[in-house]
Amino acid sequence: MKYLTEFRDGELARKLVAEIRSAVTRSWAIMEVCGGQTHSIIRNGIDQLLPPEVELVHGPGCPVCVTPVELIDKAHAIAAAPGVIFCSFGDMLRVPGTAGDLFQVKGRGGDVRVVYSPLDAVKLARENPTREVVFFGIGFETTAPANAMAVVQAQRLGLSNFSVLVSHVLVPPAIEAILGSPANRVQAFLAAGHVCCVMGYHQYPALAERFRVPIVVTGFEPLDLLDGIRRAVLQLEAGTATVENAYPRVVTFEGNRPAQAVLADVFEETDRAWRGIGVIPRSGWRLRAAYRAFDAEARFDVSGIRSVEPAACRSGEVLRGTLKPHQCAAFGKECTPRAPLGATMVSSEGACAAYYNYGRLVDLGTGRIGSAGAVACPA
Amino acid sequence: MCLAVPGQVLSVFEADGARMGKVSFGGVVKDVCLAYLPDISVGDYTIVHVGFALSKIDEATALETLRTFADLGLLDEEFGPPPAPAGAAP
Ligand code: SF4
Repeated sequence: MKYLTEFRDGELARKLVAEIRSAVTRSWAIMEVCGGQTHSIIRNGIDQLLPPEVELVHGPGCPVCVTPVELIDKAHAIAAAPGVIFCSFGDMLRVPGTAGDLFQVKGRGGDVRVVYSPLDAVKLARENPTREVVFFGIGFETTAPANAMAVVQAQRLGLSNFSVLVSHVLVPPAIEAILGSPANRVQAFLAAGHVCCVMGYHQYPALAERFRVPIVVTGFEPLDLLDGIRRAVLQLEAGTATVENAYPRVVTFEGNRPAQAVLADVFEETDRAWRGIGVIPRSGWRLRAAYRAFDAEARFDVSGIRSVEPAACRSGEVLRGTLKPHQCAAFGKECTPRAPLGATMVSSEGACAAYYNYGRLVDLGTGRIGSAGAVACPA
Repeated sequence: MCLAVPGQVLSVFEADGARMGKVSFGGVVKDVCLAYLPDISVGDYTIVHVGFALSKIDEATALETLRTFADLGLLDEEFGPPPAPAGAAP
């Protein structure tokens, strides 16, 4: 999609949907990797515009959702430590750990603050030299450049009271893990546009070729998503498996080189546990030795915490795309956005919250998703 | 939190050795780090994620996306309802 003026253009949306409908001859499962895309798909009713053969599987691309409970518990322990100012993005405050969330830590006197940018946390550290300021550095490749720069800046400023609890996760290894799993049923991917904005998409051709899957770099607007789905369907029907860029106004093949340079300076690859999925090899970043002084896990003794996942929560299956949110017995009953059991209900980008907020109910007759509310299609 | 919001660069300055700018998101103005877009200058549009400009975009793209985000209430979600945006205001 080149011109944004066409974004909310109902005529164009209808054309894209018509093209998808006329191309489809059999069933296909397409995964949108990014939680922001899941949110937009459900919010705009895109899944309901598609022919029944095209199923969208929601991927694990919500950093709040995939942060393992052990790390949430570590965050809570650090936030409760005396003298600490604990900073995080707003979503993280409500994610339940083994015993409560960050709001409860705050209620018991912990100094927990929401920041808009990691640089705000660096500023807090500079302004509060007698306090330990810890930033919860979660996120995919989109957020990592900000966290990397915060560390670089803290070092430049010579701050000794700033550290980051690092939990960065990477998209390509997750795609690889999903495709490599024997239970996999995903046949094409919509790659996350803003991750590719930073990293480019040079990592994807090898994956597309090895697993014979089309990968389409896709944006977040309704027409972006329809165009991404259309391209994926056309490739699936034609039996091709290449990488396409359907978000060229933001994404280039190389990505943002200055950001990649700082990322490579600050971080190195590491195995990382994903909530509900388990450890995926080389799927995360940790601070390089030169920056280890800013590693909150090294600064605070948070080993030996025993973490327990709520037994009723099936977010692991939701994150792997094997269970739709409304198929969880707790969905909308014990578990709602106001009282979430799992992170996929907490984060506005989580699949459970998206389904709940936009009134998606299961249609037991067909297994298709229905809607209790009005469908906000882009037309 | 994965939303990247388009905004217009109003001014460019240095802070703590980093290239920064005041960026307007449909009226909400925030300090944004411009270090990853060394070529961007006043008047340009960019998409911003957690306080960092990540990619330069054209004006038509930016305005249309902002309008869509505003329609969907996503700007309030990201910045809090004006005039008291969540997080630190500049
Ligand atoms: S509905 Fe709630 S309990 Fe069920 S999988 Fe989603 S977050 Fe977990």
